[in-house]
Amino acid sequence: MKKLRIILDGAFKNNSTFIMLLGLCPVLATTSGVSSALGMGLAMLAVIIVSNVVVSLIRHLIPNEIRIPVMIVIIATIVTVVEMLMKAYLPDLAANLGVYLSIIVVNCVIFARAESFALKNGVLDSFLDAIGTGLGFILSVFLLGFARELVGTGAIDFKSFINGETLFLVRIFPQQYAISIFVENSGAFIMLGLLVALIAYLVPQVGAWKENRAKAKAQNSLKPNLETEAK
Amino acid sequence: MDILLIALAAILVNNVVLSRFLGICSFLGATKKATSAIGMSLALAFVVIFGGIISYSLYFFILVPLNLEFLRLVSFILVIASLVQFVEMFIKRYVPSLYKSLGIYLPLITTNCVVLTVALDVAAVSGTVPDYTFLTMVVYVVASAIGFGLVTILFSYIQERLANTAAMPKAFQGPASALLIAGLMAIAFLGFKGMI
Repeated sequence: MKKLRIILDGAFKNNSTFIMLLGLCPVLATTSGVSSALGMGLAMLAVIIVSNVVVSLIRHLIPNEIRIPVMIVIIATIVTVVEMLMKAYLPDLAANLGVYLSIIVVNCVIFARAESFALKNGVLDSFLDAIGTGLGFILSVFLLGFARELVGTGAIDFKSFINGETLFLVRIFPQQYAISIFVENSGAFIMLGLLVALIAYLVPQVGAWKENRAKAKAQNSLKPNLETEAK
Repeated sequence: MDILLIALAAILVNNVVLSRFLGICSFLGATKKATSAIGMSLALAFVVIFGGIISYSLYFFILVPLNLEFLRLVSFILVIASLVQFVEMFIKRYVPSLYKSLGIYLPLITTNCVVLTVALDVAAVSGTVPDYTFLTMVVYVVASAIGFGLVTILFSYIQERLANTAAMPKAFQGPASALLIAGLMAIAFLGFKGMI
């Protein structure tokens, strides 16, 4: 149960994109479509899992004063490997992501997890935290990519990572009603701003709803007691 | 003419913040006040310019002759980290007030994607020829730094005025409104696209 909590906290409560607003560069740059957003999410997931596990494994060997350079070199190595693998096996995705793949090296999310979690916790917990954070990131970029592609083109066009061919295309409404600014650069800021506002509005509501439910439960469990006492 | 074109393209058309989404953390984080935005832009400009020049030299004079191109990410990031350390020490010693107002955003320049991306840009090779000669590379890194500074400082003035005057719905306060403003600025900067 506690392990599940680590994953859920990483994905929702500490969601890197919408709650912490960390590492927004790739989020904005790669979400003009669902497929490149998912590709970016998967690359992030791979890097964050390996970096969290490696940092956690050697956490007792790293002197505290030079931990940041050590982590940078570890992360840079992992990204170099991921980049090489992706260029070899998923060439179209690698071309789409371009420089945003390389600059995962300086992504604050990966740093934040390595620094604030992996350095202090065991290997299994760090692995679960990485899964949670990575899934939260995938969810966020997918949401943003979906919203942008839908409003911007009126259809969801899922492309293959290997050769860029369309795997499936679902048209929701005709192209002529699409607001094409949303698949362009400026639309990225606007759509992310709207989604952040939406989530800032929803989070307190959900909190209040949970509280009410907990209260109602407590009252329900009290009632039988009162009845028996009355008897 | 070529040089002017590179400079204008890097400052206005392919602006690092608004059209390439780089350095968003410091763009959103260090712009509550215009003074800290100016300080941030200057510190970042220093690191971008010297980071770019050193990375270019390192790549074409050391790594390429030794066939070690795959080390570029690791070596560039080390160059940048040491430069940031240097800038941090310098600002702490000579401009302590700025050091305080920048806070965590100063060491975070290491993980600012503008610096690394500009360094990777100047090390790009199409075919067998480097994309940039030494001169055009210097123009490009300086223009990129100016582009970041221009947008960040303009943005900080908008934020300053908005903080005092606007009555916004609660959900839009803070990051959401900042992102919307950035979006509107990006639309405004789209107008420069026709220039080149």
